[in-house]
Amino acid sequence: MVKKTKSLSLNFGPQHPAAHGVLRLILELNGEIVEKADPHIGLLHRGTEKLIEQKTYTQALPYFDRLDYVAPMNQEHAFALAAEKLLNVEVPIRAKYIRVIFCEIGRILSHILNVTTQALDVGALTPSLWGFEERETLMTFYERASGSRLHANYFRTGGVHKDIPMKLVEDIEKFCKSFPKIIDDLEGLLTDNRIFKQRNVEIGIVSKQDALDHSFSGVMLRGSGVPWDLRRSQPYEIYKDLDFKIPVGKNGDCYDRYLCRIEEMRESVKIILQCIERLPKGPVISIDNKISPPNRDDIKQSMEALIHHFKLFTEGYRVPKGDVYTAVEAPKGEFGVYLISDGSNKPYRCKIRAPGFSHLQAMDYLIRGHMLADVPAVLGSLDIVFGEVDR
Amino acid sequence: MILNLQKIEKLINSELSSKIKNSLIENAELLIEIDERDLIDVVQFLKSNEGCRFKQLIDIAGVDYPENEKRFELVYLFLSHEHNLRIKVLIKFQISQPINSLTKIFPSANWMEREVFDMYGVKFKNHPDLRRILTDYGFKGHPLRKDFPLTGFNEVRYSEKEKKVIYEPVKLEQNYRNFDFESPWEGTNYIKEIKNSEKDGKKN
Repeated sequence: MVKKTKSLSLNFGPQHPAAHGVLRLILELNGEIVEKADPHIGLLHRGTEKLIEQKTYTQALPYFDRLDYVAPMNQEHAFALAAEKLLNVEVPIRAKYIRVIFCEIGRILSHILNVTTQALDVGALTPSLWGFEERETLMTFYERASGSRLHANYFRTGGVHKDIPMKLVEDIEKFCKSFPKIIDDLEGLLTDNRIFKQRNVEIGIVSKQDALDHSFSGVMLRGSGVPWDLRRSQPYEIYKDLDFKIPVGKNGDCYDRYLCRIEEMRESVKIILQCIERLPKGPVISIDNKISPPNRDDIKQSMEALIHHFKLFTEGYRVPKGDVYTAVEAPKGEFGVYLISDGSNKPYRCKIRAPGFSHLQAMDYLIRGHMLADVPAVLGSLDIVFGEVDR
Repeated sequence: MILNLQKIEKLINSELSSKIKNSLIENAELLIEIDERDLIDVVQFLKSNEGCRFKQLIDIAGVDYPENEKRFELVYLFLSHEHNLRIKVLIKFQISQPINSLTKIFPSANWMEREVFDMYGVKFKNHPDLRRILTDYGFKGHPLRKDFPLTGFNEVRYSEKEKKVIYEPVKLEQNYRNFDFESPWEGTNYIKEIKNSEKDGKKN
Protein backbone atom coordinates (compact mmCIF):
# COMPACT_ATOMS: atom_id res chain seq x y z
CA MET A 1 0.00 0.00 0.00
CA VAL A 2 1.32 3.42 -0.92
CA LYS A 3 0.97 5.95 1.82
CA LYS A 4 0.19 9.41 0.55
CA THR A 5 1.81 12.25 2.47
CA LYS A 6 0.55 15.77 2.49
CA SER A 7 2.62 18.74 3.52
CA LEU A 8 1.72 20.15 6.88
CA SER A 9 1.47 23.85 7.72
CA LEU A 10 2.78 24.72 11.12
CA ASN A 11 2.30 28.02 12.85
CA PHE A 12 5.42 28.87 14.86
CA GLY A 13 4.90 31.80 17.21
CA PRO A 14 4.05 34.66 17.66
CA GLN A 15 4.36 33.58 21.29
CA HIS A 16 7.19 31.11 21.27
CA PRO A 17 10.24 31.29 23.51
CA ALA A 18 12.59 30.37 20.66
CA ALA A 19 11.16 33.03 18.36
CA HIS A 20 13.19 35.68 20.25
CA GLY A 21 10.26 38.04 20.40
CA VAL A 22 7.11 38.24 18.38
CA LEU A 23 7.84 36.38 15.18
CA ARG A 24 5.11 34.45 13.48
CA LEU A 25 6.61 31.87 11.20
CA ILE A 26 4.43 29.79 8.90
CA LEU A 27 6.30 26.62 8.11
CA GLU A 28 5.40 24.12 5.49
CA LEU A 29 6.62 20.72 6.53
CA ASN A 30 7.06 17.49 4.73
CA GLY A 31 7.47 15.10 7.60
CA GLU A 32 10.14 16.82 9.63
CA ILE A 33 11.73 18.62 6.69
CA VAL A 34 10.95 22.29 6.26
CA GLU A 35 9.90 23.04 2.69
CA LYS A 36 9.02 26.69 3.04
CA ALA A 37 9.15 29.33 5.71
CA ASP A 38 7.11 32.50 5.58
CA PRO A 39 7.95 34.92 8.37
CA HIS A 40 5.18 37.33 9.33
CA ILE A 41 6.69 40.35 11.00
CA GLY A 42 5.36 43.68 12.15
CA LEU A 43 3.78 42.52 15.40
CA LEU A 44 6.02 44.97 17.22
CA HIS A 45 5.64 47.77 14.66
CA ARG A 46 5.42 51.09 16.48
CA GLY A 47 5.79 53.49 13.59
CA THR A 48 9.14 54.84 14.74
CA GLU A 49 9.87 56.51 11.41
CA LYS A 50 6.51 58.29 11.38
CA LEU A 51 6.97 59.44 14.98
CA ILE A 52 10.45 60.78 14.31
CA GLU A 53 9.03 63.01 11.58
CA GLN A 54 6.94 64.77 14.24
CA LYS A 55 9.75 65.29 16.74
CA THR A 56 12.72 67.59 16.96
CA TYR A 57 16.16 66.09 16.55
CA THR A 58 16.74 65.93 20.30
CA GLN A 59 13.39 64.30 20.89
CA ALA A 60 13.93 61.78 18.09
CA LEU A 61 17.02 60.27 19.65
CA PRO A 62 15.36 58.18 22.41
CA TYR A 63 13.41 56.26 19.77
CA PHE A 64 16.67 54.67 18.71
CA ASP A 65 17.11 53.04 22.12
CA ARG A 66 13.89 51.21 21.50
CA LEU A 67 14.97 49.65 18.22
CA ASP A 68 17.59 47.09 19.06
CA TYR A 69 17.02 47.22 22.79
CA VAL A 70 19.90 44.95 23.72
CA ALA A 71 22.50 47.41 22.40
CA PRO A 72 20.78 50.80 22.62
CA MET A 73 23.71 53.18 22.31
CA ASN A 74 24.93 51.74 19.01
CA GLN A 75 21.64 52.81 17.43
CA GLU A 76 21.79 56.28 18.94
CA HIS A 77 25.24 56.57 17.49
CA ALA A 78 24.03 56.20 13.90
CA PHE A 79 21.46 58.95 14.32
CA ALA A 80 23.86 61.27 16.12
CA LEU A 81 26.41 60.80 13.34
CA ALA A 82 23.79 61.55 10.69
CA ALA A 83 22.71 64.80 12.33
CA GLU A 84 26.34 65.79 12.91
CA LYS A 85 27.18 65.19 9.28
CA LEU A 86 24.38 67.48 8.14
CA LEU A 87 25.18 70.12 10.73
CA ASN A 88 28.92 69.75 10.25
CA VAL A 89 29.62 69.76 13.98
CA GLU A 90 32.94 68.89 15.49
CA VAL A 91 32.72 66.28 18.25
CA PRO A 92 35.23 66.75 21.11
CA ILE A 93 37.83 64.02 21.31
CA ARG A 94 36.84 62.88 24.79
CA ALA A 95 33.26 62.40 23.64
CA LYS A 96 34.51 60.21 20.78
CA TYR A 97 36.34 57.98 23.23
CA ILE A 98 33.35 57.74 25.55
CA ARG A 99 31.11 56.88 22.61
CA VAL A 100 33.41 54.11 21.49
CA ILE A 101 33.65 52.70 25.01
CA PHE A 102 29.87 52.52 25.30
CA CYS A 103 29.36 51.20 21.79
CA GLU A 104 31.72 48.36 22.54
CA ILE A 105 29.93 47.72 25.83
CA GLY A 106 26.78 47.53 23.72
CA ARG A 107 28.42 45.03 21.45
CA ILE A 108 29.36 42.81 24.38
CA LEU A 109 25.83 43.16 25.79
CA SER A 110 24.31 42.06 22.52
CA HIS A 111 26.73 39.22 21.86
CA ILE A 112 26.36 37.78 25.37
CA LEU A 113 22.61 37.76 24.92
CA ASN A 114 22.84 36.17 21.51
CA VAL A 115 25.43 33.52 22.27
CA THR A 116 23.75 32.41 25.47
CA THR A 117 20.21 32.37 24.11
CA GLN A 118 21.38 30.49 21.06
CA ALA A 119 22.76 27.93 23.48
CA LEU A 120 19.46 28.00 25.32
CA ASP A 121 17.60 27.32 22.09
CA VAL A 122 19.60 24.19 21.50
CA GLY A 123 19.29 22.97 25.05
CA ALA A 124 22.02 24.46 27.25
CA LEU A 125 20.74 26.42 30.23
CA THR A 126 23.90 27.28 32.15
CA PRO A 127 25.53 29.75 29.70
CA SER A 128 22.58 32.10 29.95
CA LEU A 129 22.73 32.09 33.73
CA TRP A 130 26.43 32.93 33.66
CA GLY A 131 26.19 35.40 30.83
CA PHE A 132 23.29 37.39 32.19
CA GLU A 133 25.20 38.12 35.36
CA GLU A 134 27.79 39.92 33.24
CA ARG A 135 25.09 41.73 31.30
CA GLU A 136 23.77 43.00 34.61
CA THR A 137 27.18 44.48 35.42
CA LEU A 138 27.38 46.10 32.01
CA MET A 139 23.94 47.56 32.36
CA THR A 140 24.92 49.18 35.64
CA PHE A 141 27.68 50.90 33.66
CA TYR A 142 25.00 52.17 31.33
CA GLU A 143 23.01 53.31 34.32
CA ARG A 144 25.92 55.10 35.93
CA ALA A 145 26.63 57.02 32.74
CA SER A 146 23.12 57.78 31.56
CA GLY A 147 20.79 57.09 34.48
CA SER A 148 19.06 54.21 32.78
CA ARG A 149 19.86 50.56 32.31
CA LEU A 150 18.27 50.12 28.92
CA HIS A 151 16.85 53.22 27.31
CA ALA A 152 19.94 55.29 27.77
CA ASN A 153 19.30 58.42 25.67
CA TYR A 154 22.92 59.28 26.30
CA PHE A 155 24.38 60.37 22.96
CA ARG A 156 23.67 63.83 21.68
CA THR A 157 24.33 65.61 18.44
CA GLY A 158 27.84 66.90 19.05
CA GLY A 159 28.90 64.55 21.84
CA VAL A 160 27.38 62.80 24.82
CA HIS A 161 25.03 64.10 27.48
CA LYS A 162 27.25 64.06 30.57
CA ASP A 163 30.83 63.27 31.40
CA ILE A 164 31.54 59.95 33.11
CA PRO A 165 33.10 59.87 36.60
CA MET A 166 36.62 58.53 37.11
CA LYS A 167 35.32 55.75 39.36
CA LEU A 168 33.17 54.43 36.52
CA VAL A 169 36.17 54.33 34.20
CA GLU A 170 38.09 52.35 36.83
CA ASP A 171 35.21 49.92 37.25
CA ILE A 172 34.90 49.38 33.51
CA GLU A 173 38.61 48.67 33.42
CA LYS A 174 38.25 46.17 36.26
CA PHE A 175 35.44 44.48 34.39
CA CYS A 176 37.53 44.28 31.23
CA LYS A 177 40.29 42.56 33.15
CA SER A 178 37.96 39.94 34.57
CA PHE A 179 35.62 39.42 31.64
CA PRO A 180 37.94 37.38 29.35
CA LYS A 181 37.85 34.69 32.03
CA ILE A 182 34.05 34.58 31.73
CA ILE A 183 34.33 34.22 27.95
CA ASP A 184 36.70 31.30 28.54
CA ASP A 185 34.15 29.74 30.87
CA LEU A 186 31.38 30.17 28.30
CA GLU A 187 33.60 28.69 25.64
CA GLY A 188 34.41 25.80 27.97
CA LEU A 189 30.72 25.07 28.15
CA LEU A 190 29.96 25.42 24.46
CA THR A 191 32.79 25.45 21.95
CA ASP A 192 33.72 21.79 22.16
CA ASN A 193 30.41 20.63 23.54
CA ARG A 194 29.23 17.63 21.55
CA ILE A 195 25.54 18.50 21.61
CA PHE A 196 26.15 22.16 20.80
CA LYS A 197 28.29 21.21 17.83
CA GLN A 198 25.82 18.63 16.57
CA ARG A 199 23.13 21.25 16.60
CA ASN A 200 25.15 24.03 14.96
CA VAL A 201 27.92 22.76 12.71
CA GLU A 202 26.88 22.76 9.05
CA ILE A 203 23.46 24.15 9.87
CA GLY A 204 22.23 27.19 8.01
CA ILE A 205 25.20 27.48 5.66
CA VAL A 206 25.46 30.76 3.74
CA SER A 207 27.84 31.07 0.82
CA LYS A 208 29.78 34.28 0.20
CA GLN A 209 27.74 35.16 -2.86
CA ASP A 210 24.41 34.55 -1.19
CA ALA A 211 25.44 36.57 1.83
CA LEU A 212 26.06 39.53 -0.46
CA ASP A 213 22.90 39.03 -2.50
CA HIS A 214 20.74 38.87 0.61
CA SER A 215 22.21 42.14 1.95
CA PHE A 216 23.78 40.46 4.94
CA SER A 217 26.08 42.50 7.12
CA GLY A 218 27.97 42.16 10.36
CA VAL A 219 28.60 38.70 11.72
CA MET A 220 26.29 37.12 9.15
CA LEU A 221 28.62 38.35 6.41
CA ARG A 222 31.88 37.76 8.24
CA GLY A 223 30.81 34.26 9.23
CA SER A 224 30.72 33.46 5.51
CA GLY A 225 34.27 34.63 5.00
CA VAL A 226 33.83 38.22 3.81
CA PRO A 227 36.24 40.41 5.78
CA TRP A 228 34.00 43.45 6.04
CA ASP A 229 33.60 45.58 9.12
CA LEU A 230 32.57 49.22 8.93
CA ARG A 231 34.78 50.05 11.89
CA ARG A 232 37.72 49.09 9.72
CA SER A 233 36.63 49.80 6.16
CA GLN A 234 34.75 53.07 6.65
CA PRO A 235 36.07 54.13 10.04
CA TYR A 236 34.10 56.61 12.08
CA GLU A 237 35.01 58.25 15.41
CA ILE A 238 38.45 57.03 16.50
CA TYR A 239 38.34 53.46 15.25
CA LYS A 240 41.16 53.98 12.80
CA ASP A 241 43.60 54.68 15.67
CA LEU A 242 42.66 51.57 17.57
CA ASP A 243 44.24 48.19 17.29
CA PHE A 244 41.75 45.37 16.90
CA LYS A 245 41.18 42.32 14.74
CA ILE A 246 38.20 41.36 12.62
CA PRO A 247 37.31 37.71 13.16
CA VAL A 248 36.19 36.04 9.94
CA GLY A 249 34.51 32.65 9.61
CA LYS A 250 35.18 29.97 7.05
CA ASN A 251 32.12 27.81 6.53
CA GLY A 252 29.29 30.28 7.03
CA ASP A 253 27.32 27.97 9.30
CA CYS A 254 25.73 28.67 12.67
CA TYR A 255 28.80 27.43 14.51
CA ASP A 256 31.15 29.81 12.70
CA ARG A 257 28.89 32.70 13.48
CA TYR A 258 28.95 31.70 17.13
CA LEU A 259 32.76 31.61 17.06
CA CYS A 260 32.88 35.05 15.40
CA ARG A 261 30.73 36.52 18.14
CA ILE A 262 32.90 35.04 20.87
CA GLU A 263 36.04 36.46 19.25
CA GLU A 264 34.38 39.83 18.73
CA MET A 265 33.68 40.05 22.43
CA ARG A 266 37.38 39.57 23.12
CA GLU A 267 38.24 42.26 20.58
CA SER A 268 35.70 44.63 22.13
CA VAL A 269 37.34 44.18 25.51
CA LYS A 270 40.67 45.10 23.94
CA ILE A 271 39.16 48.19 22.34
CA ILE A 272 37.65 49.35 25.62
CA LEU A 273 40.97 48.89 27.42
CA GLN A 274 42.79 50.90 24.76
CA CYS A 275 40.21 53.68 25.01
CA ILE A 276 40.47 53.79 28.78
CA GLU A 277 44.23 53.97 28.60
CA ARG A 278 44.16 56.90 26.20
CA LEU A 279 41.00 58.62 27.47
CA PRO A 280 41.80 62.33 27.13
CA LYS A 281 40.43 65.14 29.25
CA GLY A 282 38.21 67.91 27.97
CA PRO A 283 34.62 68.72 27.10
CA VAL A 284 32.24 65.90 26.18
CA ILE A 285 29.85 67.85 24.01
CA SER A 286 30.30 70.46 21.32
CA ILE A 287 30.73 73.92 22.81
CA ASP A 288 28.53 75.43 20.11
CA ASN A 289 25.52 76.57 22.15
CA LYS A 290 23.32 76.68 19.08
CA ILE A 291 23.35 72.89 19.22
CA SER A 292 24.27 71.76 22.70
CA PRO A 293 22.69 73.23 25.83
CA PRO A 294 24.78 75.54 28.05
CA ASN A 295 25.73 74.29 31.48
CA ARG A 296 23.64 74.98 34.56
CA ASP A 297 25.97 77.54 36.13
CA ASP A 298 25.97 79.69 33.03
CA ILE A 299 22.19 79.72 32.88
CA LYS A 300 22.09 81.35 36.32
CA GLN A 301 24.54 84.04 35.28
CA SER A 302 24.19 84.73 31.59
CA MET A 303 21.12 85.95 29.75
CA GLU A 304 22.43 84.55 26.49
CA ALA A 305 22.86 81.10 27.98
CA LEU A 306 19.32 81.26 29.30
CA ILE A 307 17.98 82.12 25.88
CA HIS A 308 19.98 79.33 24.27
CA HIS A 309 18.66 76.88 26.81
CA PHE A 310 15.07 77.99 26.25
CA LYS A 311 15.32 77.86 22.49
CA LEU A 312 17.01 74.47 22.45
CA PHE A 313 14.34 72.85 24.58
CA THR A 314 11.37 74.40 22.82
CA GLU A 315 12.25 74.81 19.18
CA GLY A 316 15.38 72.69 19.06
CA TYR A 317 18.05 73.35 16.49
CA ARG A 318 17.58 73.67 12.76
CA VAL A 319 19.45 71.34 10.48
CA PRO A 320 20.52 72.49 7.03
CA LYS A 321 18.71 71.11 4.01
CA GLY A 322 20.11 67.92 2.54
CA ASP A 323 20.14 64.18 2.78
CA VAL A 324 22.72 61.93 4.30
CA TYR A 325 23.25 58.24 4.94
CA THR A 326 25.41 57.16 7.85
CA ALA A 327 26.00 53.63 8.97
CA VAL A 328 27.65 52.14 12.01
CA GLU A 329 28.77 48.63 12.71
CA ALA A 330 26.14 47.68 15.26
CA PRO A 331 26.50 44.28 16.96
CA LYS A 332 24.01 42.79 14.52
CA GLY A 333 25.41 44.31 11.36
CA GLU A 334 25.22 47.53 9.43
CA PHE A 335 22.77 49.82 11.14
CA GLY A 336 22.12 52.86 8.99
CA VAL A 337 20.12 56.04 9.12
CA TYR A 338 19.07 57.80 5.94
CA LEU A 339 18.13 61.28 7.05
CA ILE A 340 16.46 63.94 4.92
CA SER A 341 16.25 67.42 6.34
CA ASP A 342 14.16 70.21 4.85
CA GLY A 343 15.93 72.86 6.88
CA SER A 344 13.45 72.85 9.75
CA ASN A 345 13.85 71.63 13.32
CA LYS A 346 12.34 68.22 12.54
CA PRO A 347 13.62 65.50 10.21
CA TYR A 348 11.59 65.39 7.00
CA ARG A 349 12.25 61.70 6.63
CA CYS A 350 14.30 59.28 8.64
CA LYS A 351 14.69 55.84 7.12
CA ILE A 352 16.16 53.31 9.48
CA ARG A 353 18.14 50.48 7.99
CA ALA A 354 18.02 47.61 10.43
CA PRO A 355 20.38 44.69 9.82
CA GLY A 356 17.93 42.17 11.28
CA PHE A 357 15.35 43.00 8.59
CA SER A 358 17.55 41.64 5.80
CA HIS A 359 18.72 38.71 7.89
CA LEU A 360 15.23 37.56 8.75
CA GLN A 361 14.19 37.96 5.14
CA ALA A 362 16.65 35.20 4.25
CA MET A 363 14.98 32.81 6.70
CA ASP A 364 13.23 30.97 3.90
CA TYR A 365 16.48 30.53 1.98
CA LEU A 366 18.37 29.43 5.10
CA ILE A 367 15.93 26.91 6.47
CA ARG A 368 14.74 25.19 3.32
CA GLY A 369 15.60 21.49 3.49
CA HIS A 370 16.53 21.58 7.16
CA MET A 371 14.73 19.78 9.96
CA LEU A 372 12.12 21.46 12.10
CA ALA A 373 14.45 21.31 15.10
CA ASP A 374 16.98 23.43 13.21
CA VAL A 375 14.60 26.36 13.01
CA PRO A 376 15.43 27.67 16.51
CA ALA A 377 19.15 27.07 15.94
CA VAL A 378 19.18 29.09 12.71
CA LEU A 379 16.92 31.76 14.15
CA GLY A 380 19.22 32.02 17.14
CA SER A 381 22.30 32.48 15.01
CA LEU A 382 20.63 35.19 12.91
CA ASP A 383 20.61 37.36 16.02
CA ILE A 384 17.14 38.79 15.59
CA VAL A 385 15.69 41.45 17.85
CA PHE A 386 12.20 42.49 16.93
CA GLY A 387 12.55 46.03 18.10
CA GLU A 388 14.70 46.78 15.07
CA VAL A 389 13.11 44.41 12.57
CA ASP A 390 9.62 45.85 13.05
CA ARG A 391 10.62 49.42 13.95
CA MET B 1 37.14 58.80 -0.85
CA ILE B 2 35.85 61.93 -2.58
CA LEU B 3 38.31 61.37 -5.43
CA ASN B 4 36.98 57.87 -5.95
CA LEU B 5 33.44 59.18 -5.92
CA GLN B 6 34.29 61.70 -8.61
CA LYS B 7 35.88 58.93 -10.65
CA ILE B 8 32.75 56.79 -10.38
CA GLU B 9 30.57 59.79 -11.17
CA LYS B 10 32.56 60.40 -14.33
CA LEU B 11 32.43 56.75 -15.31
CA ILE B 12 28.68 56.50 -14.81
CA ASN B 13 28.06 59.74 -16.66
CA SER B 14 30.13 58.66 -19.64
CA GLU B 15 28.75 55.10 -19.85
CA LEU B 16 25.13 55.89 -19.17
CA SER B 17 25.03 59.48 -20.33
CA SER B 18 21.54 59.29 -21.80
CA LYS B 19 20.02 57.72 -18.71
CA ILE B 20 21.42 59.97 -16.01
CA LYS B 21 19.24 63.00 -15.41
CA ASN B 22 21.38 64.50 -12.74
CA SER B 23 24.32 63.57 -10.54
CA LEU B 24 25.85 65.34 -7.61
CA ILE B 25 28.24 64.79 -4.73
CA GLU B 26 27.03 66.28 -1.48
CA ASN B 27 28.19 65.57 2.07
CA ALA B 28 30.72 63.21 0.52
CA GLU B 29 27.93 61.06 -0.92
CA LEU B 30 27.13 60.45 -4.55
CA LEU B 31 23.54 60.71 -5.71
CA ILE B 32 22.33 60.03 -9.23
CA GLU B 33 18.85 60.76 -10.48
CA ILE B 34 17.42 58.57 -13.22
CA ASP B 35 14.14 57.97 -14.98
CA GLU B 36 12.10 55.19 -13.36
CA ARG B 37 11.95 53.34 -16.70
CA ASP B 38 15.73 52.97 -16.76
CA LEU B 39 15.95 51.59 -13.25
CA ILE B 40 16.65 47.97 -14.17
CA ASP B 41 19.31 48.88 -16.75
CA VAL B 42 21.11 51.28 -14.46
CA VAL B 43 21.08 48.93 -11.49
CA GLN B 44 22.26 46.07 -13.67
CA PHE B 45 25.12 48.28 -14.85
CA LEU B 46 26.02 49.38 -11.32
CA LYS B 47 26.12 45.79 -10.18
CA SER B 48 28.16 44.30 -12.99
CA ASN B 49 30.47 47.07 -14.23
CA GLU B 50 34.13 46.57 -13.37
CA GLY B 51 34.51 50.08 -11.97
CA CYS B 52 31.32 50.01 -9.90
CA ARG B 53 30.59 46.56 -8.46
CA PHE B 54 27.74 47.76 -6.27
CA LYS B 55 26.91 44.24 -5.23
CA GLN B 56 24.81 44.94 -2.20
CA LEU B 57 21.48 46.67 -1.98
CA ILE B 58 21.50 48.29 1.44
CA ASP B 59 18.04 49.76 1.58
CA ILE B 60 15.17 51.35 -0.31
CA ALA B 61 13.79 54.53 1.19
CA GLY B 62 10.52 56.04 0.05
CA VAL B 63 9.91 59.75 0.43
CA ASP B 64 6.65 61.63 0.04
CA TYR B 65 6.45 65.23 -1.19
CA PRO B 66 2.70 65.95 -1.41
CA GLU B 67 3.23 69.35 -3.03
CA ASN B 68 5.29 68.00 -5.96
CA GLU B 69 3.76 66.96 -9.22
CA LYS B 70 5.79 63.77 -9.09
CA ARG B 71 4.83 63.12 -5.54
CA PHE B 72 6.94 60.12 -4.58
CA GLU B 73 10.63 59.47 -4.56
CA LEU B 74 12.51 56.26 -4.03
CA VAL B 75 16.12 56.29 -2.96
CA TYR B 76 18.05 53.08 -3.52
CA LEU B 77 21.20 52.76 -1.43
CA PHE B 78 23.94 50.54 -2.78
CA LEU B 79 27.27 49.48 -1.36
CA SER B 80 30.34 48.25 -3.18
CA HIS B 81 32.61 46.16 -0.99
CA GLU B 82 35.33 45.96 -3.61
CA HIS B 83 35.71 49.71 -4.05
CA ASN B 84 34.48 50.61 -0.57
CA LEU B 85 31.96 53.09 -1.94
CA ARG B 86 28.31 53.89 -1.57
CA ILE B 87 25.89 55.32 -4.11
CA LYS B 88 22.33 56.61 -3.92
CA VAL B 89 20.00 56.21 -6.88
CA LEU B 90 16.97 58.48 -6.93
CA ILE B 91 13.77 58.12 -8.95
CA LYS B 92 10.77 60.46 -8.92
CA PHE B 93 7.33 59.35 -10.06
CA GLN B 94 3.59 59.71 -9.71
CA ILE B 95 1.71 57.24 -7.59
CA SER B 96 -0.16 55.68 -10.51
CA GLN B 97 3.17 54.64 -11.99
CA PRO B 98 4.24 51.07 -11.23
CA ILE B 99 7.97 50.67 -10.62
CA ASN B 100 10.04 47.74 -11.83
CA SER B 101 10.91 45.34 -9.07
CA LEU B 102 14.58 44.62 -8.37
CA THR B 103 13.94 41.17 -6.91
CA LYS B 104 15.49 39.47 -9.94
CA ILE B 105 18.78 41.29 -9.47
CA PHE B 106 18.82 41.51 -5.67
CA PRO B 107 16.76 38.92 -3.77
CA SER B 108 16.90 41.16 -0.72
CA ALA B 109 14.79 43.77 -2.53
CA ASN B 110 11.77 41.59 -1.83
CA TRP B 111 10.96 42.75 1.68
CA MET B 112 12.28 46.25 1.11
CA GLU B 113 9.82 46.72 -1.74
CA ARG B 114 7.07 45.19 0.33
CA GLU B 115 7.83 47.74 3.01
CA VAL B 116 7.67 50.62 0.53
CA PHE B 117 4.39 49.24 -0.79
CA ASP B 118 3.05 48.98 2.73
CA MET B 119 4.15 52.43 3.82
CA TYR B 120 3.56 54.43 0.63
CA GLY B 121 1.34 52.32 -1.61
CA VAL B 122 3.89 52.20 -4.40
CA LYS B 123 3.16 49.33 -6.80
CA PHE B 124 5.99 47.15 -8.07
CA LYS B 125 5.89 45.32 -11.39
CA ASN B 126 6.96 41.65 -11.42
CA HIS B 127 7.20 41.42 -7.66
CA PRO B 128 6.67 37.79 -6.60
CA ASP B 129 4.76 38.47 -3.41
CA LEU B 130 3.57 42.05 -2.91
CA ARG B 131 1.80 41.87 0.45
CA ARG B 132 1.79 44.24 3.39
CA ILE B 133 4.63 43.52 5.77
CA LEU B 134 4.84 45.73 8.84
CA THR B 135 1.27 46.84 9.43
CA ASP B 136 -1.56 44.78 10.87
CA TYR B 137 -3.54 42.16 8.93
CA GLY B 138 -6.35 44.00 7.14
CA PHE B 139 -4.80 47.44 7.66
CA LYS B 140 -6.04 50.23 5.41
CA GLY B 141 -4.03 53.22 4.19
CA HIS B 142 -0.34 53.89 3.87
CA PRO B 143 1.05 55.26 7.11
CA LEU B 144 4.21 57.04 6.00
CA ARG B 145 2.41 59.27 3.53
CA LYS B 146 2.42 62.82 4.80
CA ASP B 147 -1.39 63.03 4.72
CA PHE B 148 -1.81 60.01 7.00
CA PRO B 149 -2.56 61.22 10.54
CA LEU B 150 -0.01 60.35 13.22
CA THR B 151 -2.66 58.83 15.45
CA GLY B 152 -4.06 56.61 12.70
CA PHE B 153 -7.71 55.68 12.29
CA ASN B 154 -8.32 52.55 14.34
CA GLU B 155 -7.31 51.48 17.79
CA VAL B 156 -7.28 48.00 19.23
CA ARG B 157 -8.36 46.89 22.67
CA TYR B 158 -9.56 43.83 24.47
CA SER B 159 -13.27 43.96 25.08
CA GLU B 160 -14.34 42.34 28.32
CA LYS B 161 -17.90 42.18 27.05
CA GLU B 162 -17.22 40.40 23.80
CA LYS B 163 -14.28 38.44 25.20
CA LYS B 164 -12.09 39.26 22.23
CA VAL B 165 -9.83 41.91 20.77
CA ILE B 166 -11.84 44.55 18.92
CA TYR B 167 -11.05 47.41 16.56
CA GLU B 168 -12.71 50.78 17.00
CA PRO B 169 -12.15 54.32 15.68
CA VAL B 170 -9.51 56.31 17.54
CA LYS B 171 -10.92 58.44 20.35
CA LEU B 172 -8.54 61.09 21.61
CA GLU B 173 -9.03 62.85 24.93
CA GLN B 174 -7.09 65.73 23.48
CA ASN B 175 -6.17 66.40 19.88
CA TYR B 176 -2.59 65.90 18.86
CA ARG B 177 -0.87 69.26 19.06
CA ASN B 178 1.89 70.17 16.70
CA PHE B 179 3.66 73.29 17.85
CA ASP B 180 5.11 75.55 15.23
CA PHE B 181 8.11 77.41 16.54
CA GLU B 182 8.70 80.28 14.18
CA SER B 183 12.26 81.12 14.95
CA PRO B 184 13.35 84.52 16.19
CA TRP B 185 16.81 82.91 16.19
CA GLU B 186 18.35 85.07 13.46
CA GLY B 187 16.04 88.03 14.02
CA THR B 188 12.34 87.81 13.24
CA ASN B 189 11.04 88.08 9.74
CA TYR B 190 8.80 91.07 10.30
CA ILE B 191 11.73 93.27 11.34
CA LYS B 192 13.59 92.29 8.17
CA GLU B 193 10.48 93.01 6.14
CA ILE B 194 10.09 96.47 7.67
CA LYS B 195 13.71 97.25 6.96
CA ASN B 196 13.39 96.04 3.39
CA SER B 197 10.26 98.06 2.76
CA GLU B 198 12.01 101.15 4.18
CA LYS B 199 14.88 100.59 1.76
CA ASP B 200 12.47 100.12 -1.13
CA GLY B 201 10.62 103.24 -0.07
CA LYS B 202 13.81 105.31 -0.17
CA LYS B 203 14.59 104.09 -3.66
CA ASN B 204 11.19 105.10 -4.88
